[in-house]
Amino acid sequence: MSFVALRKYAFIFSAVLIIAGVISMSLRGLNFGIDFTGGTLLHLNIRQEFTLEEARGVLAPLGLEAATLQKVGAEGLAEGEKLELLIQTQQLTPAEQDDIFSAFQEKYELTADDLLRVENVAPVVGGELQRQALIALLLAGLGMIAYITIRFEFRFAVSAIAALLHDLLVMLAFFSLFQIEVNGPFIAAVLTVLGYSINDTIVIYDRIRENLKTRRKEQFADVVDNSIRQSLVRAINTSVTTLIVVVTILVFGGITLYPFMLALLVGVFFGTYSSVFIASPIWLVWKEREMRKHLRAKSA
Amino acid sequence: MKNNRPLLLVLAVILLLALSAFTVDQAAQNLNLGLDLRGGVYILYQAEEIGDAAGGDKIDRAVTIIRNRIDALGVANPVIQREGTDRIRIDLPGIEDQRAAREVIGRTAMLSFAGPDGETILTGAELRNAGVTMDQFNRPAVSLDFNEEGRAKFAAATEKFIGQIIYIYLDEEVISAPMVESIITDGNAIITGAGTMDEAANLALMLRSGALPVRLVELETRGVGPQLGQDSMTRSVRAGIAGLSLVLLFMLIYYRGFGVVANVSLIVYLALVLGLLTAINATLTLFGIAGLILSVGMAIDANVIIFERVKEELRSGRTMRTSIEAGFQRAFRSILDSNVTTLIAAAVLFSFATGQVRGFAITLSIGILVSMATSILLTRFLLRQAARASLFRAPENAGLRGVSK
Repeated sequence: MSFVALRKYAFIFSAVLIIAGVISMSLRGLNFGIDFTGGTLLHLNIRQEFTLEEARGVLAPLGLEAATLQKVGAEGLAEGEKLELLIQTQQLTPAEQDDIFSAFQEKYELTADDLLRVENVAPVVGGELQRQALIALLLAGLGMIAYITIRFEFRFAVSAIAALLHDLLVMLAFFSLFQIEVNGPFIAAVLTVLGYSINDTIVIYDRIRENLKTRRKEQFADVVDNSIRQSLVRAINTSVTTLIVVVTILVFGGITLYPFMLALLVGVFFGTYSSVFIASPIWLVWKEREMRKHLRAKSA
Repeated sequence: MKNNRPLLLVLAVILLLALSAFTVDQAAQNLNLGLDLRGGVYILYQAEEIGDAAGGDKIDRAVTIIRNRIDALGVANPVIQREGTDRIRIDLPGIEDQRAAREVIGRTAMLSFAGPDGETILTGAELRNAGVTMDQFNRPAVSLDFNEEGRAKFAAATEKFIGQIIYIYLDEEVISAPMVESIITDGNAIITGAGTMDEAANLALMLRSGALPVRLVELETRGVGPQLGQDSMTRSVRAGIAGLSLVLLFMLIYYRGFGVVANVSLIVYLALVLGLLTAINATLTLFGIAGLILSVGMAIDANVIIFERVKEELRSGRTMRTSIEAGFQRAFRSILDSNVTTLIAAAVLFSFATGQVRGFAITLSIGILVSMATSILLTRFLLRQAARASLFRAPENAGLRGVSK
């Protein structure tokens, strides 16, 4: 099997994913949570069976019928067995938050302990988080380009960053297509995946660099193909071990970690995929084109 | 002498593992956990109207006042920090009643006394002390003790308004409107109708600690109840241990003897990272765990890279000992470059990000450095020693099957 020969299919596959993601993002956007949009979230432990209609009825006198409500609970529970409630609204004052809790406290005889979580984010903070993440990503990208250019060459650097961009777009596509909520932890997941993916890419690049030194008459395509094959067991084993950790935490880690781990699952998978099928082939296509140009110039 | 090698190596490994277990145990007891993992309140305040040059000073005073209020609440390890020019960040880990805490911190608590004509008689600035007491009906009340100046003003006012009502304001709210029954010259007054004992104590506390010099608006609040925090904590620890055990098992099955080395190296790595995080007094949050997972992945990766290289050397027919040396040499550059690239990203995040993302960058950076150290130094040491002790003779020990020497 030649990995390089598969590159066309990989490019098409990735392009389809990304285009679907872009379409979804322009039509439906991302399901931004309050970390980005600003707003208030209350997580209550109701301790008894309840329906969302009931909960809406409690909120109605407060003028909050439009709040987003969700039943949550430990994994594997049926809808009726979930005894916790998530309420998301636009940003509320502390007094208004108290009113909500008091209303539920009265209806379901809750104690102060049953207020599991309160999050209140001003829209301006959400904007800052987005900007900060973007700036950090850009600077980290530049730093990595510089290092890879010094240790390898500029073409490797740009191809590696292209693969990272691919990973980012695929993650965004996944979250947009399935309308999974994007919150602060998503940023941490993106950062983790990019760190993981670049690590993966560099290991293959190192192999290409090494094989280029001993190259005699092989085509670049063969060098890349051999390099991928030589680092394949390592790529698979590393992905498998990382995914073992991610899946275990995804299943047993509880609701706080769930969105983060879901993003990691998608990201780690595509991070490994992109190192093999995107980063190395892009470099190859570029290098071959350059060589052809070089040859034409020579023969002319 | 040569016969002692295996025994010595096994003893050294046992000692290493015991030390690691001790470190992990210490870290588990002393590592600061973020609010998302143990419950507590995080509040980011924005100060309003601090346009003048003295604004920064006002913020610093507000920080001091808030610190006093929080200390009086008895919260362990609170963090009260000025952030930027006009923000104050507060972390109250492990607090039980988040609503009460927010109430006490955020109240401006500007006390003033006004006559029936609406004119201010005196303010909280002339207050020397405030405490909890009982009124004549044995209900909780707040006792006030004024300073010299306040005493004189209060005496004059009670003389002027005898038989009339004096209003006691907390901010814009009338909290008490007592009738002046006699001229009070000793400067002792009480506020009746202060509610429950706790409410009276909080009011006294707010009056004592003084008014905030700036108006604070809650920009961001995150409160995690002790229940959910506890739940997240036990779940992530349990899931982490389960995940890690599976990884150790995988390495053992796949790499056999080398797998043992990788697992020892990985356990020492984890102990070192947790120990270092505890030593620098870092706070582990959900984002921190993310960084940790990534660096665990990279620590395993480093071992996998080394082992695969050694296997290649073995396949080309070299002996175990030369294969280990050659494999290391070749793996080194790969590990270095891939780790440094990620480290650059982590360093950028560390210097530009604040709050949560910074926590991620810290654990990731420490994780990468320690992972390079353990994989390059410890894994190599153990492999060399094991090979010298003739523990790894056959290629099967490196997880290499189907090749006979």
